Amino acid sequence: MEGNAIEVDIRVPNKTRYLSLIGRIGEDIARELERYSGDRETLAYQLNLVLTEAMVNAIKHAGPKEPEKLVRIVITIRVDDLTIKVYDDGQGFDINAIPPPNFDELEDRGRGIFLIRSLMDSVCYRKNCKENILEMKKKLV
Amino acid sequence: MNLVNETRNDIVIIYVKEERLDAHNSVELKSAVQKLFEDGKKNVLVDLKEVRFIDSSGLGALVSGFKNAISHQGNLKLCSLQSQVKSMFELTRLHRVFEIFPSTTEAMENFQ
Repeated sequence: MEGNAIEVDIRVPNKTRYLSLIGRIGEDIARELERYSGDRETLAYQLNLVLTEAMVNAIKHAGPKEPEKLVRIVITIRVDDLTIKVYDDGQGFDINAIPPPNFDELEDRGRGIFLIRSLMDSVCYRKNCKENILEMKKKLV
Repeated sequence: MNLVNETRNDIVIIYVKEERLDAHNSVELKSAVQKLFEDGKKNVLVDLKEVRFIDSSGLGALVSGFKNAISHQGNLKLCSLQSQVKSMFELTRLHRVFEIFPSTTEAMENFQ
């Protein structure tokens, strides 16, 4: 993986059974990077995790239920960084209004966005004219 | 989800025979643990030896089990975490909440 950017554009049904497929793609990308000097297995886990969390997020926030609904994920790999965009057509939410987990309270939920924020260098959630995009970037140097 | 239960000295060991514990399958583990405590079991050990990946839903299912244990005056402990899985507990500070043991044997000794 050298030279020009590589873009992987995936559409999968918005079902949790496809989480492992998406996660594995992230792991394979981490293992294929030619110039990455960090720990590849750690990066593989991290990409698996952020893709899993982001896809679950897209499934949760999806629009009106339709059996053929798809989640779109675009992964762009450059020499120095990697960007993951996950699209949903739901109501959307304010990512900045989500508080970090309260570590003194034992909640079953509420760690997904925290994990994404912890493992990626930048995270934003924005709306274009027809859908929401969760965009996550990670530096690879 | 492939869960195998074994009872030794009044301790129920749940072996999670899955590579991933995630939003797709963690509800089943949550329900299985809940049922054990509702059925009157007091000591549950979850063995994660085969789990190489856990997400926030998987962590949440274990937190739910831990809270179930407390509400039934029981114990829920964990053992045999792979290093990447353990790092997720550390990142979310849950390693301070759970008693985590390197092996089933060491966990069993701790229940005595």
